[in-house]
Amino acid sequence: MGENTFPLWLIPFLPLVGAFINGAFGYRLQRRFGEPVISAIGVSLPWISFILAAIGFVKLQGLPEGQAVISQLWTWVEVGEFKVDMAFAMDPLSAMMALAVTFVGSLIHIYSIGYMHKDDGYWRFFCYMNLFMFAMLTLVLADNLLLMFVGWEGVGLCSYLLIGFWYKDLNNAKAGMKAFVVNRIGDFGFLIGFFILFWSLGGEWSEAGYRTTGAFSLHFGSLPAMIDSMATKTLWGVPAPTLVGIFFFIGAAGKSAQIPLYIWLPDAMAGPTPVSALIHAATMVTAGVYMVARMNFLYVLTPTAMTVVALVGAVTALFAATIGCFQYDIKKVLAYSTVSQLGFMFIGVGVGAYWAGTYHLLTHAFFKACLFLCAGSVILAMHHEQDMRKMGGLGKPMPLTRWTYWIACVAIAGFPVASGFFSKDEILWQAFNTDALLIPGWIPWLLGFVAAGLTSFYMWRSYFMTFTGKTPEVHGHEPEEQRPAVTGVLVILAIGAILASFLGLPHLWMHIPSAIQQFLSPVFGAAANLKTAGYGHGTEWLLMIASVGVATLGLGIAWWLYRGRTSTIPERVLKTFPRIHKVVYNKYYVDEAYQATAIRGFLGLSRLSAWFDFKIVDGMVNGAGTITRAFAWIDGAIDTYIVDGIVNLVAQTVKAIGARLRRTQTGRLPTYLAGLVIGVIVLIVLTRFLSDVYG
Amino acid sequence: MPYHTTSTLLTWITFVPAIGVGVIGLLLGLKPLLKLKQGTLDRLSRLLALICSGASMVMCIALWSGFDSTNTGIQFVHHAVWIQAFNIEYFLGVDGLSITMIMLTGLICFVAVVASMPWGLPKENKEHFSRRSVPGYMAMILLLEMGMLGVFCALDFFLFYVFWEIMLLPMYFLIGIWGGPRREYAAIKFFLYTLAGSMLMLLGMIALYFASNPTTLIDGSPCAHTFNLIKLATENDFGTAGMLLGVAFPKIVWIGLFIAFAIKIPMFPFHTWLPDAHVEAPTPVSVILAGVLLKMGIYGILRICLPILPEATVWARYGIAIFGVINIVYAAFVCMAQKDLKKLIAYSSVSHMGFCLLGLAAFTSQGISGCVYQMWNHGIISPALFLITGVIYDRAHHREIEGFGGLAKQMPEYSAIVGLAFMASLGLPGLNGFISEALCLVGAFPVFTLLTVVSVLGVVITAAYYLWTIQRMFLGPLNQKYANLADLNWRERFTLYPLAAIMIILGVYPMPILHLMNQTLDELVAPLAAAVGL
Amino acid sequence: MSHVGLEHFLVVGAILFTLGIVCVLTRRNAVAVLIGIELILNAAGLNLIAFSRYGGQSLEGSVFVLFIIVLAAAEAAVALALILAIQRRLKTVDVDRTDSLKG
Repeated sequence: MGENTFPLWLIPFLPLVGAFINGAFGYRLQRRFGEPVISAIGVSLPWISFILAAIGFVKLQGLPEGQAVISQLWTWVEVGEFKVDMAFAMDPLSAMMALAVTFVGSLIHIYSIGYMHKDDGYWRFFCYMNLFMFAMLTLVLADNLLLMFVGWEGVGLCSYLLIGFWYKDLNNAKAGMKAFVVNRIGDFGFLIGFFILFWSLGGEWSEAGYRTTGAFSLHFGSLPAMIDSMATKTLWGVPAPTLVGIFFFIGAAGKSAQIPLYIWLPDAMAGPTPVSALIHAATMVTAGVYMVARMNFLYVLTPTAMTVVALVGAVTALFAATIGCFQYDIKKVLAYSTVSQLGFMFIGVGVGAYWAGTYHLLTHAFFKACLFLCAGSVILAMHHEQDMRKMGGLGKPMPLTRWTYWIACVAIAGFPVASGFFSKDEILWQAFNTDALLIPGWIPWLLGFVAAGLTSFYMWRSYFMTFTGKTPEVHGHEPEEQRPAVTGVLVILAIGAILASFLGLPHLWMHIPSAIQQFLSPVFGAAANLKTAGYGHGTEWLLMIASVGVATLGLGIAWWLYRGRTSTIPERVLKTFPRIHKVVYNKYYVDEAYQATAIRGFLGLSRLSAWFDFKIVDGMVNGAGTITRAFAWIDGAIDTYIVDGIVNLVAQTVKAIGARLRRTQTGRLPTYLAGLVIGVIVLIVLTRFLSDVYG
Repeated sequence: MPYHTTSTLLTWITFVPAIGVGVIGLLLGLKPLLKLKQGTLDRLSRLLALICSGASMVMCIALWSGFDSTNTGIQFVHHAVWIQAFNIEYFLGVDGLSITMIMLTGLICFVAVVASMPWGLPKENKEHFSRRSVPGYMAMILLLEMGMLGVFCALDFFLFYVFWEIMLLPMYFLIGIWGGPRREYAAIKFFLYTLAGSMLMLLGMIALYFASNPTTLIDGSPCAHTFNLIKLATENDFGTAGMLLGVAFPKIVWIGLFIAFAIKIPMFPFHTWLPDAHVEAPTPVSVILAGVLLKMGIYGILRICLPILPEATVWARYGIAIFGVINIVYAAFVCMAQKDLKKLIAYSSVSHMGFCLLGLAAFTSQGISGCVYQMWNHGIISPALFLITGVIYDRAHHREIEGFGGLAKQMPEYSAIVGLAFMASLGLPGLNGFISEALCLVGAFPVFTLLTVVSVLGVVITAAYYLWTIQRMFLGPLNQKYANLADLNWRERFTLYPLAAIMIILGVYPMPILHLMNQTLDELVAPLAAAVGL
Repeated sequence: MSHVGLEHFLVVGAILFTLGIVCVLTRRNAVAVLIGIELILNAAGLNLIAFSRYGGQSLEGSVFVLFIIVLAAAEAAVALALILAIQRRLKTVDVDRTDSLKG
């Protein structure tokens, strides 16, 4: 045990224990002792993980820069030069992620106590949630790519289980399956990226083929030093780093819901709201961003992949924002908002501003979790009604929910008092200022800038539609504020959304690099050499003011159109452009397009294969059988009628002859005697005759 | 160097089931004499089968603990002259390749015997396979076990062939007598297919025998030719042999042997016997069929084709890889369209065995270890899947995926186990299937770049069909027809839980198995890799 | 009258033989057939004795004839017994009606 060892493995392991206990005995525990026992196990273990992560964080602070806290368990897989350890490591990036995941995750566990109250599957819910914590923490704390992939798929599995948590409704189950399968498509990219990485690190192509060159490692700690060796290699005519970068990004796009694999996330809202908050907003969906940030040393080698990441992120940010403007389901709005915000993060990590992208990830975890949990609170109050058109005026009966939602809206819309502004604006500035891409930096900036304005609009729209206007009655009751387990969490997250600002106060204001940038710099050392366009402080100020301006504009329009829900303008505008509205409202028919092309093609291909297998391949086998039997029949016929026929013919001839000859046997003595006499005479004559002839 | 007898353990492992067969036969013969009741006889033969397969399994563990994984030679040798006139020897031994398979056989056969017990079945279900002609059934299972163990232990080609054929017969009867409605068709299809393969193997074996160099038997007597697999590999160079039927000798022999083994794998397009055999076979027989029998094909290729005919193997490697990828992707697509759960799982076996072919053809350490580890993992996962199918079939008396729905509510424990087994089969990281698939692909990627990319598609499709199955069977509203299905009983737990535990343990800590084989397999592919210039 | 020579015996024998044959072929009574057979036998015996007398002066012919006489007696006994049995079973001794061996 060296200086920098610490039982990091306990951090993911404890929630796993919780998942196991609740999974194996939860059903009986819940029936015997009731919900408190379940939640005591399910909630306490993530909190212990949080404390352990905090201790690990403190330990990390005591280490020299560039070192990580390591927890080496055992050799996981070792075949030839392919050696992967079961090991966990905590460097600044994973420390930040682990703290965020355990903190936000544990809060949402507490919230779930209230939200899932009186659900039959209470125990199951906490089992899955703990399992998710295990997978997510494995993902962020893994010391190497392969172990990270365990967490990567593990969170996908938990997401599947939790989206389909209320599986009795087949639509929920289908949404879960969609999420898993789309994620798998992303993983297809991830795996191929992984193979190319392994290939290009571990060996050389020669005239004859592939030759391994010995030592290499998949550890994140040692990868940056080795990565240069792959820069010169090409596969299919493309440089290896570019290929790896793009394939990894396909994986990231699947997990983090980017175009074209974003389609699962809106459907994933079928899960219970704490799940949407934890998995589909705060943690799992950011795994793709985390992974790109983690592999920053790879991406800086390849402007092509960086451009792809930044551009896809920017397009997704804008695209999802436009859909978000026209949704009525409050969770759908938040879902598209998440897709859009993830796009912002990818702009950040795509243009090489890794710390900014990661910072936005962190702030987003707070404010989006807060938004979702507020939405959950509203949905509970509305008895599982999610349509905003049927809400309104909820601010009065639910003040805590209202004000926390308001704070989170301020944060996400980008007003310079809460955290969202600092992270988003830093991303946009870095995008504008970059010169490391194949395209000028203002393109992703512009897309992001417009998206930011739309974000402000649709978030405030949802706020006004939900909390202002006339309070509706639900089942004859006034909607009520939720229990403290729910509201307390909202308050903490809202405070977090504000306080997170202090981690990233811009350089421009403080004249020192922000805390988060400094903290993460050992991990993102490779990004320091990226080219910038070199715009000055003046430009940065200008962009900052523009950002605030566009956010205010969004707020203003939302205020004008939706405040108090009295204006009829939105209705009239929509009626004026029914077609456009229909297309956007139906999410540009992307799902339908996929259904019509990919899924139908896929199912058709599978049916074709099955038909081919049954009719052609097996048909040939059975045909061979039939032909053999036909031959056998012919053979049998030949045998019966020809070969055996000849034998029988002989016998029958003999028989026929015998039948005629037997007439001679009269049985009467005289006949025989006459025959005897005639015979003797004939013999005598013959004797004479022959002796005459041959004499 | 000649291998002299060092241990008789392998003989014991192989023939302990045969003792059971003998005793059951004896009991049957003495039944009138001892005035045994049919019920007593049934119970006795069940007990005997449990004892014999259990003893074999325990001895396999002893074998494991005594095995030296750093030694790439043959261990636990039992070597004697068998038929002097034809230079046939009785030669048993294990190396890193066969030990995993022997252990797997011991384990899976025991699981299958336990699964053949009628414990927990409703009394009125008299037509269940576990209640029909029990002594004969148990004798057949034990005979099958003996044949399989013999194949994995044998190092004399003739002995190998004899055990290979011994396996065939009990399987035929097990499907043909205790099987489902179309059992005769399936049994005959299985039998003819395998027999056709055996004929090719017989020809190949004889060809190799007559092309081999003079050597000596273990007792020192000289012989003109040999069946000894080790000597065939080390003392002969068939690459220089002449033409046969206008084709280079090693190539044509290789093709014959390969087809013989490919039928057992089963490799596209020789795979159609498998779904039929599986669908008709009783659950424990499917367990053995999927768990052990399918491994014979790859094992044969690794044991015979690779070391004895390296040139031909190198020559054919693209073909093997292409067929491997066809297996993976094509069978996965076929799986999507299946309606019968057991047929789906049968096709998924075809798909998963494709990874073995792909890994094997690459001649890299990762590929070959992945191949054998994939065999092992498939040997753990697919028996679990077939047991799962048996559970639902025993209760609902059908296996139509669409006919269920919402079972998760009714059978939570069962659903959890199904979920775990499906996840292991679709290669969820952290479970054992992932490691071997990843190793196969990692090993194959540098050599067959595009093919590997295509085969990764299979991973996506696999996820799709398994999840779709889960959705159709377990999720959604409960089908009221099945509102009184019972969850797992103790017998089913006893068979499923160990397999589930192995899936998890070998997913996070696979080295115990990988260690056993790494060295041997490296040595096996090193000359081949050198031959292609890697 | 000339000397009685071999030819005379042979002629008598031939006549006897012919009579016997005719008797055998034409008569329907089994006893008559038997008598015909006796005639044939005696004709043969006559020829043998004649050749013995005029031939090589040996006794072989006489021995043959003695045997034939003995055999004829035995044969007549057996044949008469058979005829009796036929008579008992079929109530007839007509050889035309005893055709149960008909093929």
